[in-house]
Amino acid sequence: MRALYFAWVRERIGKAEEEIAPPETIKTVGELMGWLHGQGENYAAAFAHIKSMRAAIDRTHVKHDALIGNAREIAFFPPMTGG
Amino acid sequence: MRVQKEVFDAAAEAAVLTDGRSDIGAVVTFTGLCRDEGGALAALEIEHYPGMAEDEITRVACEAAARWPLEGIVAIHRYGLIKPGEPIVLVVTASTHRTEAFAAATFLMDYLKTEAPFWKKQHLADQTSGDWVEAKAQDFAAADKWRA
Repeated sequence: MRALYFAWVRERIGKAEEEIAPPETIKTVGELMGWLHGQGENYAAAFAHIKSMRAAIDRTHVKHDALIGNAREIAFFPPMTGG
Repeated sequence: MRVQKEVFDAAAEAAVLTDGRSDIGAVVTFTGLCRDEGGALAALEIEHYPGMAEDEITRVACEAAARWPLEGIVAIHRYGLIKPGEPIVLVVTASTHRTEAFAAATFLMDYLKTEAPFWKKQHLADQTSGDWVEAKAQDFAAADKWRA
């Protein structure tokens, strides 16, 4: 599964994207955020405030309780500030 | 619907909707500009999620078209480094009457700000790199009111 990071999530992790292989026990987007949080200091900083973070599966906004299923691309980012 | 680095011409974009038409009674054009925040800001850097940004703008435009009887919509959002005074975002709506054109333009902007994957980072005039702009609760409240 491809993970994409944007804005300060990208800056804190130190990369824009990577291939990730979470254990099969990780079923939801929220669980995946929790797992990523444990992948090192930079990830802990990026996922320090999981509640306010946004995610998208295959370029569609999803809630934290959404199932990851067969997602090819999952993105994590702060609330949008465009316009 | 476009996502682009280049500056756009709002008047030319609006003219595309009305050229050769005699049935349109109202065109609302909204341009969002980069402010200098009292001289403190040197530029805004806008990051986007390529692919999803285009998809979200199209989705929001389709929702506007489903809600109001519109004769045309233009939505353009820029990314990259944007200097104070330059345009960031453009929304143009055309309709038979003004009420629908105004409402649809407001809806489009409210949704673009909160649903389209763009993020602003400030570059300060004193050469320091500023912070990422924080999402405002009032922007989400403005988008939420359309869901009522």
